[in-house]
Amino acid sequence: MCGAPAQEETLDRTLPASVDPATQAIIQGRVVRDGDPVAAAYVRLLDASGEFTAEVVSSATGVFRFFASPGSWTLRALAPGATGSVRIEAGLGFTETRLEIG
Amino acid sequence: MSRADVLVTADWAEQNLGTPGVVFVEVDEDTSAYDKGHLAGAVKLDWKTELQDPVRRDFVDKGQFEALLSAKGIGNDDTVVLYGGNNNWFAAYAYWYFKLYGHRDVKLLDGGRKKWELDSRPLTEEAVSRPATQYAAQEQDTSIRAFRDEVIAAIGQQNLVDVRSPDEFAGRLFAPAHLPQEASQRAGHIPTAVNVPWSKAANEDGTFKSDDELRKLYADAGLDPSKDTIAYCRIGERSSHTWFALHELLGEENVKNYDGSWTEYGSLVGVPIEKSS
Repeated sequence: MCGAPAQEETLDRTLPASVDPATQAIIQGRVVRDGDPVAAAYVRLLDASGEFTAEVVSSATGVFRFFASPGSWTLRALAPGATGSVRIEAGLGFTETRLEIG
Repeated sequence: MSRADVLVTADWAEQNLGTPGVVFVEVDEDTSAYDKGHLAGAVKLDWKTELQDPVRRDFVDKGQFEALLSAKGIGNDDTVVLYGGNNNWFAAYAYWYFKLYGHRDVKLLDGGRKKWELDSRPLTEEAVSRPATQYAAQEQDTSIRAFRDEVIAAIGQQNLVDVRSPDEFAGRLFAPAHLPQEASQRAGHIPTAVNVPWSKAANEDGTFKSDDELRKLYADAGLDPSKDTIAYCRIGERSSHTWFALHELLGEENVKNYDGSWTEYGSLVGVPIEKSS
């Protein structure tokens, strides 16, 4: 995975035709460990009170995406031997972040 | 019934992968995870295409279930160990389903695929085939399955446990946040339901919390132990997880899963709905 050029700003923003980004908060990003994307990490979306809301498995390039409502969220990733968290504020449309684990 | 009768650890599973009479079954909504690697010897079950009737919104019937299990090579006397992704949501659903059709010995792998992967335990892509059996199912045990009229009658009378996320319960979201939010039905929850998200019953690695923690969780939420209980979510899979915690782990009697859940209730004409601020 070293040298993978894709970073947050190049994440795909293609959506299913039925999804209108003006009506929801689309939170997406990449799980990264020591600069490299982490595939197959478990990424959890926690609400402002820390309550679990959803979980996805990161793609081969470490990418994850959630469809949520505007507000404060915490993203937490679990992989064998490593975890990490990041807090974000999401509005309508796309919010992108990098989620470092170690 | 105790925890050891219904839940196996990853260690136990790894030691029993080849044990005769033990069949591991991976259950997912998307079976591509299985195809990329599964427990050695495990067969796969597709929640959507194999357990649901292809036309009507209902389960496969007894005859179809018998044909399915026979083709998978699962016998009536086998110990079936279910596991899957999504924190075992669909595995818990299949567990409830196997119980509905009267399978005698069925267990869940605690933590499912997630704990297995986080532990870096072995997965294989090796194809699995088992000789066909002649599986005989029982009639559906409706003491564990709730239908919509019972749910409406239970408002204010029984424990109604809504196990969706707080945002879905409040009516701010229609579905878990890993899915797009389009939907035709109304948002909210069944009046008098308490919100105990399924995730509160699980640790971060997908394993179930201890019996003591689970007892405290449901007591603190206000479940009245003298009343019957109906659990629901959006499509009945997360509420299977909570049904498992209440009925199988804690041994509560008279707990039903409402598999129609919010996608049915939230589309019914004329039923009461509450929203939270």
